[in-house]
Amino acid sequence: MRWSSRLQFSVPGSQFSVGNGVVRTENWELRTRVLAILVAAVTLLSAALAADEERISVYSPVAVYSLPVLERGGREYVGLLELLEPLGRVSSQTSGRRWRLRYNTVDAEFAAGKTRAKIHGRDFDFTAPFLMENSRGLVPLNSLSALLPRFLGTAVNFRESARRLFIGDVGIQTSFRLDASTPPRVVLNFSAPVNPTIATEPGRLRMVFKRDPVVSPGSQSISFDNKVITHASYSENNGDAELDVAANQPLMATFSNDRKTIIVSAVPPTPAPPVGVGPGPQNPAQASAAANAAAAVHRVLVVVDPAHGGEERGAALTDTLAEKTVTLGFGRLLRHELEVRGFAVTLLRDADTGATLDQRAAAANVARAAIYISLHAVSQGSGARVYTALLPVEGTSNGLFHPWNAAQAPALPVSRLVSAAIVTEMQKKEFPVRASSASLRPLNNLLMPAVAIELAPGPDGVADLTFANYQQRAASAIADAVVSVRDRLGVQP
Amino acid sequence: MIPRHLLIGVAALLVLVVTMGIYVRHMRRRAGEIEASAVNALPVAPPASGPTEAVTLYVADDAAEMLRARSAQIPLPGGRQQRAEELLRALLRIYQQPGSAHPLSPASDIRSIYLVDPGAAVIDLNAAFADQHRSGILSEQLTVNSLVETLAVNVPGIQRVNILVEGKTRDTLAGHVDLSESFDVITVEQAGGQ
Repeated sequence: MRWSSRLQFSVPGSQFSVGNGVVRTENWELRTRVLAILVAAVTLLSAALAADEERISVYSPVAVYSLPVLERGGREYVGLLELLEPLGRVSSQTSGRRWRLRYNTVDAEFAAGKTRAKIHGRDFDFTAPFLMENSRGLVPLNSLSALLPRFLGTAVNFRESARRLFIGDVGIQTSFRLDASTPPRVVLNFSAPVNPTIATEPGRLRMVFKRDPVVSPGSQSISFDNKVITHASYSENNGDAELDVAANQPLMATFSNDRKTIIVSAVPPTPAPPVGVGPGPQNPAQASAAANAAAAVHRVLVVVDPAHGGEERGAALTDTLAEKTVTLGFGRLLRHELEVRGFAVTLLRDADTGATLDQRAAAANVARAAIYISLHAVSQGSGARVYTALLPVEGTSNGLFHPWNAAQAPALPVSRLVSAAIVTEMQKKEFPVRASSASLRPLNNLLMPAVAIELAPGPDGVADLTFANYQQRAASAIADAVVSVRDRLGVQP
Repeated sequence: MIPRHLLIGVAALLVLVVTMGIYVRHMRRRAGEIEASAVNALPVAPPASGPTEAVTLYVADDAAEMLRARSAQIPLPGGRQQRAEELLRALLRIYQQPGSAHPLSPASDIRSIYLVDPGAAVIDLNAAFADQHRSGILSEQLTVNSLVETLAVNVPGIQRVNILVEGKTRDTLAGHVDLSESFDVITVEQAGGQ
């Protein structure tokens, strides 16, 4: 704000002359409101755009990832450096309009606006000009099939319409089979374990494979000669693969065979008891649409906290593997296992981001979670350990208010119950496991039942900690345990 | 023309300055060597001499995931605080032996123990103890339990223990176990018995 007059005015948003000076008056309240509206609009717009963001999924033996697709001049582009980075050693150098890239031992030179590049000493022609933006090299999406083998030295299969890029022989084969038993069911077999997101709609069960390189079963659509389950279809779009099963009744999905088989069946006419009420479901591993519907009435919120993150790496499990990496992957699997059992799940971090212990505790307390599960990993020992809080000496309650360092005290008996249930379920899956107490924050600061689980190596050593199957077995046991104690947990109003 | 005696005086001063410079450099190098040798030396104090006493040390065993009570005969001084320090140093020597069931860094040391009435003990660890401790809930908790239980069993009257590092409060021992609060001896003993 600037004025050159001795007078001060309060006319909203006006600017006028007084004598020799110019007076600017500003209504800050109005401006603040306008600014807030603008920020909200931009945020909403960004969220809407993010939801529909176009992306390409890349499946390779070393990494599975997705990248944003950019539209420039009516054509789709992708950043070449970002595309190659997870696959090997990459470096780039910008010199004027020239962009040099080195991937492992392959050198390449590109020129902004040109369609010809030199890769490993040979010319390469793009279908559209190479672009440079902020020292990033962008290549046309439809050139990837020809471009990538020059760098990788291996065949790639790029499904351009679906934006799915397969590097090497990584595809997961799929097959359908209808089993006309009662109730009827469709058996989906996969050549490797899969981890789809499952959603149910009236008369339809959708399985979306975001990270699994699932490929078409041959026929895009199969009709079944069955009154209940009528047909199944396969489709690909925007980096995802989707399998849909249509029926005249509600459907549910069950995993088996180490997640290589998904059985989709009609929910029996006599409804199963809701998850966690009474003795619990016969098979808690079922991803049941009916269970989801029942749970929707009283959603139990589970907060899963992959420990460490960001600058805080946690334990060094190997020279290159940090605890924070294992806990994040483990957390994502546990989220999935809990969701398919009908729980609402908040993952306190879904990326390599950090948060203080107080922030983690506050997030769980504010969310009024029914249970909090902290995940850790360690390179010593074997199996897993389950910890409840070891409360400090100043842990006495003071009427309605609990000391921050002993907020866990009222919930500790249920925490121990949860711990015992996890031990039981993990032992069923032949995990060596022990329960104990530890002075471990933020367990002490949580109002709800809270446990920490430290995953230790399996029979194959530290390498097990990164194996999806190993984590999956542990996550499944933990989720089963949460199901078994559901009636002892607080339910959100 | 500069007088001859002045030239001789200036020359003598120059020689003196150069000699002093060389001497100072030599002394600085020597001081550095003494400092380095002091840092490299194991900080664990030698055991006290004199008659020995029977004590019970609670020794962590990583493989068994528990503490094991071990009887030992160690020389203990008369003062309560000195006794506590010698006890924990004896415990530390076990962890620093090759092939220990719960290895701790050779540079780990107990700087001091303060016994504060009523019933409170403060263990002050050196930085290497925490910085070079293995990171993990079990390993860290076993270390804490071992220190607390050994102290509580052999020094009567201790009800709670605080652990400092280099005289300051530290959030965690090695990334997991919380050191910002007191450890209640009874609670730790009960947890150790689980």
